[in-house]
Amino acid sequence: MASGIKDKVAILGMGCSRFGERWEAGAEELMVEAFNEAISDAGVDVSQIDAAWFSTHFEEINVGKGGLPLSIALRLPNIAVTRVENFCASGSEAFRGAVYAVASGACDIALALGVEKLKDTGYGGLPGGASGTLTPQWAATGSAPGNFAQLASAYQSKHGVDRDDLKRAIAHISVKSHANGAKNPKAHLQKPITEEQALNAPLIAEPLGLFDCCGVSDGAAAAIVTTPEIAKSLGKENIVSVKALQLALSNGSESGHNSWDGSYFHTTRIAAGKAYKEAGIDNARDQVSMFECHDCFSITELVTMEDLQLSEEGGAIRDVMDGFYDGDGQIPCQIDGGLKCFGHPIGASGIRMLYEMYLQLQGRAEDRQLANPSIGMTHNLGGSPMSNVAAVCIVGSYD
Amino acid sequence: MVGITSFGGYVPRLRLQRQAIVDAHSWADPGLAGRAKGERSMCNWDEDAVTMCVEAGRACLEGSALTPEAVYFASTSAPFADRQHAAIVSTALGLSEEVAAADISSSQRAGTTALIQACAGVQSGQYASALLVVGDKRRTKAASAGELAYGDAAAACCIGTSDTIVDLLAAQSSTVDFVDHFRAAGESFDYTWEERWIRDEGLAKIAPPCIQRALDKAGVPAASVDHFVMPSTIGRAVAGIARQAGINPDAVRDNLHAHVGEAGAAHSLVMLLHTLETAARPGDVILLVSFAQGCDAVVLKVTEGFAGYDHARSLTDSMASGVAESNYQKFLAFNDLVTLERGMRAEPLDYKTALSVTYRKRDMLTGLIGGRCTQCGTLQFPRTDICVNPQCHAVDTQEPHPFRDEAASILTWSADYLTYTPDPPSHYGMITFANGGRFMTDFTDIDVGDIEVGTDVRMVFRIKSVDSVRGFVRYFWKATPVNA
Repeated sequence: MASGIKDKVAILGMGCSRFGERWEAGAEELMVEAFNEAISDAGVDVSQIDAAWFSTHFEEINVGKGGLPLSIALRLPNIAVTRVENFCASGSEAFRGAVYAVASGACDIALALGVEKLKDTGYGGLPGGASGTLTPQWAATGSAPGNFAQLASAYQSKHGVDRDDLKRAIAHISVKSHANGAKNPKAHLQKPITEEQALNAPLIAEPLGLFDCCGVSDGAAAAIVTTPEIAKSLGKENIVSVKALQLALSNGSESGHNSWDGSYFHTTRIAAGKAYKEAGIDNARDQVSMFECHDCFSITELVTMEDLQLSEEGGAIRDVMDGFYDGDGQIPCQIDGGLKCFGHPIGASGIRMLYEMYLQLQGRAEDRQLANPSIGMTHNLGGSPMSNVAAVCIVGSYD
Repeated sequence: MVGITSFGGYVPRLRLQRQAIVDAHSWADPGLAGRAKGERSMCNWDEDAVTMCVEAGRACLEGSALTPEAVYFASTSAPFADRQHAAIVSTALGLSEEVAAADISSSQRAGTTALIQACAGVQSGQYASALLVVGDKRRTKAASAGELAYGDAAAACCIGTSDTIVDLLAAQSSTVDFVDHFRAAGESFDYTWEERWIRDEGLAKIAPPCIQRALDKAGVPAASVDHFVMPSTIGRAVAGIARQAGINPDAVRDNLHAHVGEAGAAHSLVMLLHTLETAARPGDVILLVSFAQGCDAVVLKVTEGFAGYDHARSLTDSMASGVAESNYQKFLAFNDLVTLERGMRAEPLDYKTALSVTYRKRDMLTGLIGGRCTQCGTLQFPRTDICVNPQCHAVDTQEPHPFRDEAASILTWSADYLTYTPDPPSHYGMITFANGGRFMTDFTDIDVGDIEVGTDVRMVFRIKSVDSVRGFVRYFWKATPVNA
């Protein structure tokens, strides 16, 4: 039986660029911006980094393939750099690589850095990605909002939810994220919105309107990890350690077998279950202090609250409307604004989520600081509801 | 005796209102005002002669016990100059790869020529049975006579020697290089000569002798013709030929101008099917004629067996389920008659199709054939080496299973206003098949508000996308509401 990752790895330093439409910056400049903050926070020299994991999604409009772009941009000391790609969960994948390297003892200090330069496409929204030679010949012609919007149709049908009630709940989710994002100087979208604005926005994909969709942003985020022992030896206090790190991937059953009803994320449930076990959490609703979930669309956040066992099945709408997940609620969700407002530079997002949990646990989140959080969770999802990669990471204070 | 053993027709769902066409052009051509009556059938953006022929072929085979040994495809508007369309249709219909196949083209009488050739092939004993499919979707210039007169449709017949519902009594052809119109190779549009010359020098002089020889061959007096099926867009031209030939004026069949329009090479057979479904009785004699570079005249007799013939989906059903389209601009856009801003989101469609993949997966992509696990019985699409059932995962256990006619319903859906489609919003979602299996697919032939979770759908063969850079049309299957 594997002993798991709990408390084997500590976060030594983190950095995150300002997210947004960074017309003046390319991926290289964004990488340096995030890395400089992280290395300074870690208090080590670049020569002490043993290996790096680098995440990007769109190679077509970004820096291309391979680990070289990171190695060259940061002038790394000829160490191993591995490029990882796992859709929108790529950032969590890079973090996992660095964490595993430290946990195995192969490295003392490892870097995970994710970046995405999305605003060089010439239009708003995400571009379509390449999907091989067979898939485009038969897969439905869709977009990310259209794929995730389908959750709403199945959720409404399964739980007997009226369209207007669902629209109001997902509007509340976006209003909450905008309120949180307004307190985050690094966020892409820093203006609060009203429920009316969200409800009356143009439809993107039924029933999702413009404000149900996250920002398309440029940005980078970095984490430098080591063992708790080395962190202590470097004089670090308030050490944040990894309590659980789980990834679950679809194997085609949701998209090909009639056992899935279309209203939830099969993989998130599996990854969350394993992560709670690894972290020793037996009642998530009581024990998790705060979380960042993959709110690419408001409906994704709604169903994920249930998949993470924070709301009971069919109960997320009630919790949302009760303010349970608001900034001043019992379990604040997207306290940094989330994908919705901090932004979603794909390869960076998983690490950006950890950045906020790390700041909160260290008491450094400034205007957004929550009172005494002890357990933070990130949920980073890539793909579509019917075929995806779900990453759940739990971090907390190292005792 | 050789004859038709089953038939099926297809008229696309949309009916462009002629008033909308006339309204768009009357500023320049006020003389069009008199032609504003009725409607013409119009393909959705994802339909062409091939897809319409597949639908007609399916309707035909549903009522047939025959396994065709030959497939004839006829059209003057097929998408490829060098790729056999009969092969696409044959694969889509799930026919054996042992079939013979031929495309017949280049003339408005291609449909009747295909019928005559199919009958000859079966009569000679070369093939025990044959399927012919004929469809046309002709492009026309804006404000042309053809734009108002033409329609899009397809027809199909199975030909055999036993259990016929319509027997072939005689067929006669004449071949004359009479050029009433032409479309040069590589050109999009017809160039047409004066109607009066076509009527007086062509139709009136070329058709009657051919008709007479056909009737003589069949031993049928002209007065005994119960149904005279002959397309022409020239007013009263067919009535004149009937008079010349001694055919009862009441036998002249309606050319379906009011609701369909003239469907090119398919129209003689579309009119024949309409006659069979709405007027023919056992014992009736039908004279089927088409005119172009000469004439084909076919004398047919409805058999006693016709009385018991029943088929699930008829041409008249398809005619009756039309939806009025008053947006002429949509017709222009669907037919690439106007240069539209498609936006950068349309650019990913310009990818190269891996022909080796298309071939390797031809059963899946063209035939919609998935798998059935012989160990657990689970139906699945696509067919793979390892069973998709989480409780099974057996290896190498799947046998081919066609999903084409499996009942299905919608599990999840959205109407997407962001993604590029020629007919926004793009509707797609997960469908589940009642007997097992599912996949996410595009929906077609629907309007906003037409679908919900649980809506019953059926699969239809459509254009998936077009590689306009290389001129390649990619086909796949989509879901459409059962009652669409």
